[in-house]
Amino acid sequence: MKKLFVLFALAGTLFIYSCGGGGQKPASTTDEATPSQSSDASAQNPSYDPERGTGKFTHVDIPNQLDATKASAGEKIYNLKCSSCHKTTGEKLVGPGWKGVTQRHKPEWIMNFVTNTDEMITKDPKAQAQLEICMVRMPNQNLSDDDARNVYEFMRKNDGVK
Amino acid sequence: MKNLNVNLLTVAALCLILSMAACKPKNAGNAVSSDAAQKAYVAPGKYDEFYNFVSGGFSGQMSVYGLPSGRLLRVIPVFSQDPQDGYGYSEETKGMLNTSHGFIPWDDLHHIEASQTNGEIDGRWTFANGNNTPRLARIDLKTFRTAEILEIPNSAGNHSSPFITENTEYVIAGTRFSVPLDNSNGDVPINTYKKNFKGTLSFVKVDPNSGNMSIAFQIKTPGVDFDLSHAGKGPSHGWFFFSCYNSEQANTLLEVNASQRDKDFIMAVNWKKVEEYIKQGKGKKESVKYAHNTYSDVTHSSTSTMENEVTTIDVKDVPDAVYMIPCPKSPHGCDVDPTGEYIVGSGKLAALIPVFSYTKMLKAIQDKTFDGDYDGIPVIKYEAALYGEVKKPGLGPLHTEFDGKGNAYTSFFISSEVVKWNIKDLKVLDRVPTYYSIGHLSIPGGDSRKPYGKYMVAYNKITKDRYLPTGPELAQSAQLFDISGDKMQLILDYPTIGEPHYAQSIPASLISKNSLKIFNIEQNKSAHVTMGQGAAKVVREGNKVHVYMTAIRSHLAPDNIEGVRMGDEVYFHVTNLEQDWDIPHGFAIKGANNAELIVLPGETQTLKWIPNRVGIVPIYCTDFCSALHQEMQGYVRVSPSGSNVPLTFSIGTNNGATNNPSGADSGAAGGGPGKAKR
Repeated sequence: MKKLFVLFALAGTLFIYSCGGGGQKPASTTDEATPSQSSDASAQNPSYDPERGTGKFTHVDIPNQLDATKASAGEKIYNLKCSSCHKTTGEKLVGPGWKGVTQRHKPEWIMNFVTNTDEMITKDPKAQAQLEICMVRMPNQNLSDDDARNVYEFMRKNDGVK
Repeated sequence: MKNLNVNLLTVAALCLILSMAACKPKNAGNAVSSDAAQKAYVAPGKYDEFYNFVSGGFSGQMSVYGLPSGRLLRVIPVFSQDPQDGYGYSEETKGMLNTSHGFIPWDDLHHIEASQTNGEIDGRWTFANGNNTPRLARIDLKTFRTAEILEIPNSAGNHSSPFITENTEYVIAGTRFSVPLDNSNGDVPINTYKKNFKGTLSFVKVDPNSGNMSIAFQIKTPGVDFDLSHAGKGPSHGWFFFSCYNSEQANTLLEVNASQRDKDFIMAVNWKKVEEYIKQGKGKKESVKYAHNTYSDVTHSSTSTMENEVTTIDVKDVPDAVYMIPCPKSPHGCDVDPTGEYIVGSGKLAALIPVFSYTKMLKAIQDKTFDGDYDGIPVIKYEAALYGEVKKPGLGPLHTEFDGKGNAYTSFFISSEVVKWNIKDLKVLDRVPTYYSIGHLSIPGGDSRKPYGKYMVAYNKITKDRYLPTGPELAQSAQLFDISGDKMQLILDYPTIGEPHYAQSIPASLISKNSLKIFNIEQNKSAHVTMGQGAAKVVREGNKVHVYMTAIRSHLAPDNIEGVRMGDEVYFHVTNLEQDWDIPHGFAIKGANNAELIVLPGETQTLKWIPNRVGIVPIYCTDFCSALHQEMQGYVRVSPSGSNVPLTFSIGTNNGATNNPSGADSGAAGGGPGKAKR
């Protein structure tokens, strides 16, 4: 009799299971899903620092003096990967001109933006505001951490740091 | 007690049926059980378990599906030009389709084999054979692109191919048609087949690191048709088995004349022994001509080299290395089970399946249990090599694969079904109909030492009423079966690209982690790369005009070009400056007698254009790239031959357009405009 009960219970479970739908796990899953569409991280997350943005750069030490080697390496990257859309003057082309960019943003924000572009555009209020002006998502140009630092140094040079 | 058990089972079964029926439509179809959809369902955004590489037959291409969803992931251009992405149209890729006959835009891609290490699929490359103009192709699974195409000399119809040895030491190319060989006089009467026509089996070495192919040696055989083949594995590693038909050596109406004999052959080749003969210098260098084409992801271009020599060895000069095993009725499939002990021949006009034993074959060779010879090749007595026959399995066995659990699955073209049988006791366990007329079947890893016996796909030649009608021409089809249980269960049915002769399925985990996302622009060594928009330029060399153009969301630079004249050949070298995954740019020219380009991030591709009339010609990006994709366009001004309009280019210069006839307006606003260099 106990056996009978077990079988009924089993059948009942199957009944529920077969109607469950959503609980059915497909053959293979992945964690590399599409980026979430949540917006405005600062609103949802009061600890979000809009001056720093989101990404791996939490604190970058920038000496007062220009590092000419870094700036020169950064200029090469600018020519290859950035100059199609950004001018070194204040004039907007596809994206904003770079004149004064180091005064407008903290180094952490810039370096997070150029290395973690998609997440920044999705989450960061300043990046989103810029997107509404330019209407083109800045491409992720696959800059390494060093590339980002060098490009920042080139921006400083462009802004008159010596 | 027994009674109670039966009752309990009945109740349980009833509950189960009720539970399954509860949410399902009642008429799920007679061949399809109600949970089929669930088994083939991969939710949106989720990934499939297997990559399924399917031959495109007369399309010349290789398609990639996901299993179990049957979703088409990509079509890889291999032997045919593909206007969709410029393969075979761009200057860089044209060389891939070069042959000793010149440029050939098409072939008939028949079979696919995945590279193996220790007899297991390793996920590095897939190989494919061109059945018309004999060729072998290697596809790199990092890029899903054709990396290499090697023409096979002394061959006519590379059908018995591209099967491999268990460490991908060799990929095989056996000729379907026997013919007079390339450097003999081929101007002979066709009915001198027996005297003048030869078969060849090419052993193509695969470099273990680069994958590069080279013909190590060719075995010359009597004239027959080689159909399919498989390498030994495990204990039988070192042997290769080839099905051959037309042992009658007919040269006309093969339908009748090549079906006379009760038995044709499986040819067993001890290739390790042949290697020794070659090392001893028994091979002969012959002068032939064949193309060897490779593609570099660094220079982003193909290199086509014409080779002129091959080493051959006559089957008469390799004693104790080649034997014939009689096999009923024009064998097609020649399949070796995962243990390497059993060789299954499938006589396509037979009503039984012979299973040969590798151990018995060796003993028969040792004891010389022969039944005469075939043109000098010892013929092993049928019974001496036979393990047993599967009796009355169906009509017209074609091809067999294995599930790794001791079972074999054979396709039957004539009776249109798949039959599951046990290798040890040769008993038929299950049979399912296919819709209709199955050719090959495929189990993931089903011809390797490690099958993943979860799914089986039937590849059907005829679909007739299976889908909505599309006029006289219909797609061919694949049918997916769940084979994890005792009974095969049909769970999905989907149309294919071209004719799906054969397929290989590879666990997604072996491939997806290595899949390349972009080409690194800093490592782009194309001779025509433009490293940044500032380097964009237009250069005239005589009547050739080279446009070094960049593409990035969302403009082409330069996008105004003047000074092109009738009689010029214009080469657009387009470099995609993007470094983000899945941002290709396209490039098309109005009136170009050519296809478009698709240029992947970090890549350079070239489209040749010969202007055919004076006027303004639009150019644009064809692949939707951003909200401003529709703005990604430009103009080329074509002037008459001898015109004095100077060659100029610009971007971003919008003001001051004058009516000056010589007047290109080339300001500096956009960065990188200027006078063209002469």
